[in-house]
Amino acid sequence: MADAILTMENIDKSFPGVHALDHVHFDVRCGEVHALMGENGAGKSTLMKVLTGIYTKDSGTITYEGKEVEFRNTREAQDAGIVIVHQELNMVGDLTVAQNIFIGREFMKGFKIDDKKMIEESNKLFDELKISIDPKAKMSDLTVGKQQMCEIAKAISHKAKVIVFDEPSAALTEKEIEDLFAIIRDLREKGLAIVYISHRMDEIKVITDRVTVMRDGGYIGTLITKDCTKEDIINMMVGRVIYEEPKTKSSVPADAPVVLKVEHLNAGRMVKDVSFELRKGEILGFSGLMGAGRTETARAVFGADPKTSGDIYVNGEKVTINSPQDAVKCGIGYLSEDRKRYGIVVQKTITENSTLATLEEYVKGIFINKSEEKKITERYIDELSTKTPSADQLVVNLSGGNQQKVVIAKWLVRDCDILIFDEPTRGIDVGAKNEIYKLMNKLAAEGKSIIMISSEMTEILRMSDRIIVMCEGRKTGELDISEATQEKIMDKATRDIA
Amino acid sequence: MNKKKPKLLSDQRFIVLLVIIALVVIYMIFSPEFRKYSSILSMLDFSYYDVLMAVGVTFPLITAGVDLSIGTGMVCYALVAGRLIRDFNCPVLVAMLLCVLFGTIVGFVNGNLIGVMGLPPFLATLCTCMITRGISSMVMATPWPTNKQPGGWFHSIFKLTFGTGRNALKLPIGFVLVVLLVLIMEFVLNHTKFGRYTIAIGSNKEAVILSGINVKFYHVMAYTICGTFAGLAAIAYAAVVPTVQPGTGAGLELDAIGGVFVGGVSATGGYGSVIGTLAGVFVIVLLKTGLPYVGLQANWQQIITGIVLIGAVMIDVAKRRRLAKEI
Repeated sequence: MADAILTMENIDKSFPGVHALDHVHFDVRCGEVHALMGENGAGKSTLMKVLTGIYTKDSGTITYEGKEVEFRNTREAQDAGIVIVHQELNMVGDLTVAQNIFIGREFMKGFKIDDKKMIEESNKLFDELKISIDPKAKMSDLTVGKQQMCEIAKAISHKAKVIVFDEPSAALTEKEIEDLFAIIRDLREKGLAIVYISHRMDEIKVITDRVTVMRDGGYIGTLITKDCTKEDIINMMVGRVIYEEPKTKSSVPADAPVVLKVEHLNAGRMVKDVSFELRKGEILGFSGLMGAGRTETARAVFGADPKTSGDIYVNGEKVTINSPQDAVKCGIGYLSEDRKRYGIVVQKTITENSTLATLEEYVKGIFINKSEEKKITERYIDELSTKTPSADQLVVNLSGGNQQKVVIAKWLVRDCDILIFDEPTRGIDVGAKNEIYKLMNKLAAEGKSIIMISSEMTEILRMSDRIIVMCEGRKTGELDISEATQEKIMDKATRDIA
Repeated sequence: MNKKKPKLLSDQRFIVLLVIIALVVIYMIFSPEFRKYSSILSMLDFSYYDVLMAVGVTFPLITAGVDLSIGTGMVCYALVAGRLIRDFNCPVLVAMLLCVLFGTIVGFVNGNLIGVMGLPPFLATLCTCMITRGISSMVMATPWPTNKQPGGWFHSIFKLTFGTGRNALKLPIGFVLVVLLVLIMEFVLNHTKFGRYTIAIGSNKEAVILSGINVKFYHVMAYTICGTFAGLAAIAYAAVVPTVQPGTGAGLELDAIGGVFVGGVSATGGYGSVIGTLAGVFVIVLLKTGLPYVGLQANWQQIITGIVLIGAVMIDVAKRRRLAKEI
């Protein structure tokens, strides 16, 4: 085996009150994809931030290309050839693709930026990666997948020798992930060292050569990917085997009443003549590629986007839903795929978030009844086993999984019987993911009805009682869990696409 | 090729140009007074300081910030420099340079408060707005030299006068200068690093930081340039008002800021053009100075300006929403 191009040894880092990194080891070789795994808060991102100089380490050594280094900022790390492709894409939406790729090191003609040359160079990069993107396109006009390709092109243009992918697949469709993997394999062939941070176990097995696992800021171990099983990795990450058993048949009784019926729903360009039924205690999975119109359907049902036509029945009664307020009155709650943007107010406490949708119930005269508010919040912290020191904790300080629980609590407080989960486990680590699954199963068993939109095939197959597949705004299939397979779903999800 | 037409119509600058033409035509039809050369001349005279302030404040606004200190700042610089001329025999040229220097310093301070120390732009510049107003209210009212007095040559920067009396030929060369500055700053915005990073900061500051760019420097620059232009505006202001009054200037920045938004700078930052600003400010100026010609009280200017501004910002919001939907 070749020597490591980058070695981090005994890295130690403390923040006030937190030992974020406890003597961590990590190394990566040329021509290798090395996974860095661990639950949220395990210290993966902190380690990468220490590497690129965003944080300074307390002790330990970083050896890069045989020399000890200490980068003071991302720029220095970039110049040396270490680049991070960030989880939340760091692109400037209002600039063009070429302008983004060369931001910070524009080609100049005197005072003037040489846009022409930047476009030429971008085209060369895209040729190298065998992808077609117009360098003159505005970044915000591209899909998430394409934006990520641009990030990779940007990394390569830095003459990167080490590329760190920080959860690159979190927002990608299956097809885009395949493209991404093709590129990563290509980069590996070319002898680059690749660090791959992800929560998705399937991907780790497919794309990586070695896996290093971290837990609670500590180094747990490094494995050769092909010699270990998923369970080995999960065990190292959480110290116990987890995961809810996948369903083999629907757990909904055949005579369960229909609680939500949607007929011939049309909305915007993304929802075309969609009809479906949701029954009491059912988890109804919505599968499809990104842009299939699943979120748009949910938003239209919830009244967040205007409908062009279509009828909605709740508990057999026809209802008019023109706004989220109407939907909530009908007992429908919507948990957005983008928690930070739509789901919670991160700078507020758990209590304030939990009662956000129901505040009027806790008002005495003109004052908010704080003790009553706190009581109900604590009840749901308990019921959902949200991990927090107190109900007064700011939501921003919670992990992704626990933030999601706060959002769920918000709707439970509101007595919603129909819950729409849009990508409920995006950006959540394995352990927390399973807790969310457990919670969803529990809610369904208690008689709540759940619509679950998910881009993760395993999640769809694990959780749903019934699966609806969408493609380009239309419902293209409906499968009972007993007959559903990955192939059948993919076939329906890609129907009509040449 | 047939794509070009809708593009032109959706360009806010083009719409604003149509509004300007419409306003001028309406005024000319309804007011014989407005058709006179001297009216146009005086309108232009009173537009320069607005335009200069607006060109400067375009940059903070594109970074999704704001600068509220430019109005009171402008008056303050004009006042202090004017006193230096009156009381200390300071040459007018030096006084002019001092105006620019004062403005640049205040802009630099604003930039540091916001870009380095992280104060919210509204708050930071509100403070410097109060400070400059406070300083200027301690200074006596000051007329700068008139055309005929020694040092009055500086009026010729904005208006060349040939001959005397009623037959004097007056040329508004200030307009040419202002347009030239606008074109230079448009180039700076679109084709230099400073301009590009100004846009990028307004669009996604985090991304710019992570690209390893010295964001603080460019953030400070945006406000410094804004201050420099407020200093230039002070000269234009001193050239048109008979006497610079102490403690005034509050509210003048709003005309400039309003003009920038009318000119198509995004209310959320990240997009804008200096040429658009020029056009936008002229809408404001036409409303401010033109409405009395057609018999509407000056109060109406505020109301109508407000309505125009709502329209302009709604175009921006609608544009953003449409973009968000398309993705």
